[in-house]
Amino acid sequence: MGTTLKWFFLIFILVLLFLINLSFGSVDIPLIAIFRMLLLQEAENPIWTSILMDFRMTKAFTCVLAGSDLSLGGLQMQTLFRNPLAGPDVLGLTSGASLAVSLILMSNAVSFTFFSTGTPWAIAIAASLGCVSVFIIMLAFSSKLQDNVSLLIIGLMVGAGTSAIVSVLQYLSRAEEMQTYMLWTFGSLGGLNWNELLVLTSILFIGIIIASASIKSLNTWLLGDLYARSLGIDINRSRFFIILSASVLTGGVTAFCGPIAFVGLAVPHLVKLVINTSNHKVLIPAVLLGGAILLLLCDILTQLPGNNSVLPINAITAMIGAPVVIWVILKNKRIDV
Amino acid sequence: MSLYTKALSIGYNNQVLFENINLSLNKGQLVCFMGPNGIGKSSLIRTLAGLQKPLAGEVNLSGNDSSFHPKEIAVVLTNKVTAANMTVYELVTFGRYPYTNWNIKLSSHDLKAVEGAIEKVRLYDITDKRIAELSDGQLQMTMIARAIAQDTPIIMLDEPTAHLDLNNRVEIMRLLRSLSHEMNKAILVATHELDLALQTADLIWLAGKNKNILKGIPEDLVLNGSFDEIFQFKGFDLKTGKIQHQLFREQTIFLTGTGHEFLWTKNALERTGFKIISHAEDASTYGISVYVIVEESKPHWILNKYNQQYKLSSIEALIQQL
Repeated sequence: MGTTLKWFFLIFILVLLFLINLSFGSVDIPLIAIFRMLLLQEAENPIWTSILMDFRMTKAFTCVLAGSDLSLGGLQMQTLFRNPLAGPDVLGLTSGASLAVSLILMSNAVSFTFFSTGTPWAIAIAASLGCVSVFIIMLAFSSKLQDNVSLLIIGLMVGAGTSAIVSVLQYLSRAEEMQTYMLWTFGSLGGLNWNELLVLTSILFIGIIIASASIKSLNTWLLGDLYARSLGIDINRSRFFIILSASVLTGGVTAFCGPIAFVGLAVPHLVKLVINTSNHKVLIPAVLLGGAILLLLCDILTQLPGNNSVLPINAITAMIGAPVVIWVILKNKRIDV
Repeated sequence: MSLYTKALSIGYNNQVLFENINLSLNKGQLVCFMGPNGIGKSSLIRTLAGLQKPLAGEVNLSGNDSSFHPKEIAVVLTNKVTAANMTVYELVTFGRYPYTNWNIKLSSHDLKAVEGAIEKVRLYDITDKRIAELSDGQLQMTMIARAIAQDTPIIMLDEPTAHLDLNNRVEIMRLLRSLSHEMNKAILVATHELDLALQTADLIWLAGKNKNILKGIPEDLVLNGSFDEIFQFKGFDLKTGKIQHQLFREQTIFLTGTGHEFLWTKNALERTGFKIISHAEDASTYGISVYVIVEESKPHWILNKYNQQYKLSSIEALIQQL
């Protein structure tokens, strides 16, 4: 298949999945009615318009934005660390967010109250603060450490440390509080309104702009830091911007949707199977598309049980992501970034 | 364009590898930097290339004093490069990165430099191959092409022939030699492979025992015993370029003949432990004598052993008869 054809194919799949995603939901709306509403014609049932525009459309856009965000973050982390198992959460950002959110939802357990209640905005702000704190910690380490492997290990350790604190909170908290927290960790793509979507869109744009400015250095990171420097890349500056971009992207999604797992790890590998390149000039738009496609697909699958029951999104992303990554490794015998 | 160092000391915080080094690297010269493994060859290359900070002293590049010299120095390091999907052509284009903007748009001049490098290293058959599919030798050649595409007056290579077979090793050294002489580049090769370095280098830097570096042309360093002192050869005679064999058979053979056939016969007999004499006034004083003769471009060996004569058609048969 020619390269141009592949791009058209990916865009076609994206549009198709977007439409299918719109057609799924607890209320049965005929496909033809959805098309009519999309063409701004009057719907037979006015409630349908509200359902489509305020619930399904926002959710589908959330899938597109969150999928693109996480995949771009994952691609940058895999390239920076030259590690195929790196993902957007490798710096411990998600763990930082989890800790902050768990403090809100379960801090009563240690007779100690942060914000009063777990309103969505309180959770989003807490998650952002958690991400930002870890980001600042990691940045401090990255200016101290020359090599990326040390940074990667510190990221994992920060993650392990915060998870430990979360475990203590879970152990001490009541069942209802723990359940609220557990539900948050399952991830959720619904429930965002158009204003929140606007924030998520801005975050994506900021992430894309920083990543695009790093195209050249991202490519040279594939050869390792010494070659990158020999080609004139200021690696400390480059590392700062790559971490900044990945942090903004991951932090934004985690704040609004919870910790969505696996998408950021799996999409770069899947995209590299379809688009045969290692050039980030091509890979960046490709993973944006790929991430949107995968998360739309996963969200459709969460609704397959029917009868108003919806599976948690993280269950599906891992259920799809894990076998796919295993298959990629078996097929190629080896896996490179 | 040349590079020189002033009272340079290199190493790590708690370990000094070289001290007070004054060297210069000039265009049109192939310099081999030699020394046993682990003495700090890679560190010196990295320091000269501006990739590692010196402990003291300075590295000067005439006309430029920033710490990065992407347009003056290209490097080929020992770090193995892997990247999914990356092709040979793409890897060579990395050489043009110092000349492009953030968008990596290659100009026609850049493309010409890439094509030129590919032609110079003769990679045209494998330009579309992915680097994961390359042999070690092909990957090394690709990395060298990338360095050539960088179009710098200086190229530094760290162990470019390690893990390669003889053919590839010779090819790489010949290529480097032609780069220095035809394209007037200064080329520095760190290597511990004596035989190739001695035959190709214009100048040798030899890592000394006292954190110093000896300089000289290969032949001088061989004859004044510098190599023997530093490499501590065990059973290898550098002046003849041969491995010393133990004469465990305590048997002398008188051997005569000419050409390659004679030399290889001598080799084989020495390896199997015989002492060989080729110049004697009276051959009959030795109990055994061998004559190498060539008839109709086929070699034969005439063996006289205690008054018996054998005519043999291979060295193997000769050794068996002995």
